[in-house]
Amino acid sequence: MLNYRKHLVVQPTERLSPGQVQDIHRASLELLDDPGIRCSGDRAASIFDSGGCTITRDNQGQKASGWRVRIPESVVSQALLSVPSQIILGARDPENALFLDGKNTGVYFGTGSETNVFLDSRLERFVSTGASKHSVMLPVYTEESGSIGRLCVSAHLAEQLSHVDFFIRNVNIQAAGNSCDNKDVNVFFAALLYTTKHVQSGLENINALEQVLRLAGIVAEAGPLEKCSADKRTGQGQNTRADIGKFSDPVFKGLSPVSFIACPVKSPLQMVADTSDKVIAIAEAGMPLVISSSPQGGSTAPIQEEGIVAQINAEILAGVILTQLVRPGTPVLYGAVPVRARLDNLHDFYGAPEFIHYNVDCVQMARHYEIPCYSTAGAGDARRPGMQSTIEKLPAYLSVAGSGAQYIHYAFGLLDRTNIFSPLQAVLDNAAVGLVKDILRPCVFTGDDVQDAVQEIRKVTGKSGFFARGVRRQLRRGVVSDAYELVGQGNADQVLENAQNKLNDLYQSPGKRLDQDTVDRIYRSVPGLADRREFDIFKQGGKE
Amino acid sequence: MNQESSLDRIRHSIVMGHVDENDEGFDGTMEGEPGTVDLVREALDVDVNPQEILNIFNESMEEVGKLFESGKYLLPDMLASAECVGNAMDILEPHLVGKQENQKGKFLIATVKGDLHDIGKNIVSTILKGAGYQVKDLGIDVSVNDIVAAVKEFKPDFLGLSALLTTTMTEMEAVIKKLKEAGINDVKVLIGGAPTSEEFALKIGADGYCRDALHAVAKLEQMQDALSGR
Repeated sequence: MLNYRKHLVVQPTERLSPGQVQDIHRASLELLDDPGIRCSGDRAASIFDSGGCTITRDNQGQKASGWRVRIPESVVSQALLSVPSQIILGARDPENALFLDGKNTGVYFGTGSETNVFLDSRLERFVSTGASKHSVMLPVYTEESGSIGRLCVSAHLAEQLSHVDFFIRNVNIQAAGNSCDNKDVNVFFAALLYTTKHVQSGLENINALEQVLRLAGIVAEAGPLEKCSADKRTGQGQNTRADIGKFSDPVFKGLSPVSFIACPVKSPLQMVADTSDKVIAIAEAGMPLVISSSPQGGSTAPIQEEGIVAQINAEILAGVILTQLVRPGTPVLYGAVPVRARLDNLHDFYGAPEFIHYNVDCVQMARHYEIPCYSTAGAGDARRPGMQSTIEKLPAYLSVAGSGAQYIHYAFGLLDRTNIFSPLQAVLDNAAVGLVKDILRPCVFTGDDVQDAVQEIRKVTGKSGFFARGVRRQLRRGVVSDAYELVGQGNADQVLENAQNKLNDLYQSPGKRLDQDTVDRIYRSVPGLADRREFDIFKQGGKE
Repeated sequence: MNQESSLDRIRHSIVMGHVDENDEGFDGTMEGEPGTVDLVREALDVDVNPQEILNIFNESMEEVGKLFESGKYLLPDMLASAECVGNAMDILEPHLVGKQENQKGKFLIATVKGDLHDIGKNIVSTILKGAGYQVKDLGIDVSVNDIVAAVKEFKPDFLGLSALLTTTMTEMEAVIKKLKEAGINDVKVLIGGAPTSEEFALKIGADGYCRDALHAVAKLEQMQDALSGR
């Protein structure tokens, strides 16, 4: 029996009425049929063709040739019957395996996206120039480019942050010597080396899939990972348990500690050859994957929520259909990353309230289809940790998690939209997510508990009038929250200082590095890995 | 039951904050077992030295203090332990020889006239009892004259005044004035409560301000050290 990592179960708030969900669903079906998807990949077009879609040559105004794929409702319905509603994502430590259920609302939080800037930080004392000579400790920052070592540091940090449930590679390796050919295997190795949590990434080069699966297979064999299991839909919407072996590649003796992200659609409604080929290969391997789409309201999609949501829903459904045509039962996450455009420069505007509206709507659509939802919260427009970043992030955590998204990425350390990863911000976000988990904690009392409370009130009212003694029982019940962990002691706001001190402690922690025997085995079996020294973040007694 | 075993049970009971048999103790396992007061009675019945019991009270509360400082215990845990000691002291005190010497000092406490709030005052009272002080609690809404009269009768080393309202905190100044008028200069006056502050204490001529119960314990020890020249 596998013990899954604990998730936050919420009573979901819903933004869309049942009628609006149906309206969006019908609109997406209309779009999939007309204009359909413009598909530039021959393999994908061929699969759609064999699966019952209508394909025609489409070279209108395009530099490259392509296909117009019109997907009828019957094909959509068939795909929705075969896509699993439950997915188990493995991990180096089996206790960190994730159980995602599209029909229920158990929420996990994780990292992402792939940033180019690693924001290092350290504390310095600042003294005011006025007569008071007021003194305060604040972080100062250095922007660094991504590297294998910095990705390792990030994985090491994610391992230790208590509210990080899964690790999506969040530092882009830019160092010389790492080409497109070997980047993927180094990304997965860096992550698996330092975290026992589930690891997920996109693939830059589809040819790397085999090596990544071999790497993951060695890691899976090194740990006591069990057979994967998931539900598969059958006709009439009935769910029956199926043999998960069907979904896992023969390379794995156990449950894969990795899964993949693919964004096959370029908005609006275009399927790209390169990424659709990756989707096909990953589905053929039976691996879990996210089908993501990221239209921008106001530029690549309508800005009003009903427009962008109808479009992104159609785009994700098209990707889901492709996976189910390749291999019915392929475990898929409904990957929603809708964002609004700034109206001054058309950059992504993660701090916009509409960003939350779009995402919450998509969570509801995924639940309508009973597919686990990969959603988005924690990105913002602030470029440094502080009040702006907190104000932008907190409402999104609360709203998106509160809507019941099963798998929330972007939740730790992102700044400047998705350009900067800040370890300090990740520590702040960990504390914020902890707070959000407490806020969204479901109400668990029973009628007996109510009667116990009545007895307590009667007893105490007749005597001391002071209920402190009863607090201890409720603490043990888990219904009394801790204080915000970074709160300061004095008059000054010490949150940044406390977070940096915590970060420094986490850097020094030994963490849970993969054992040396497994590392040696990986180096013997998996080509393309960088020099071992690049992965050694403790060579100077601390982080690199 | 030998003396050592009896004292160990009292120590465990205090550290667990097991006030009486209805209480579950810190880890929720002690409901139905004899409370601290019962254990002290049992120990006295089998002629355990009262001074040894008193020493166990102090040692246990020191351990609780360390658990609180480490973050393992919260204030409700500490209060439960202090309540154990406070209640048990009522049982033990008549058995102590030269009992005045065993007390850390006498503490009179009251919520001032016009103010009905007593939670903070009660916490301070419980914690100080647990810390070994002889505490007399006058209750809430106590007039200036009643406080001064009680000072004359109880002859405390310390007087604690509590107020939660900005409208009643001014009563504290009236108490201090009245004490001076009555020629009472040998009692140290400490104030506390949400609207009060170090600055306010200074302004009204109080000897100290306590932001919470644990601060009060520290403040009293500091004052005692100063008085004894330590």
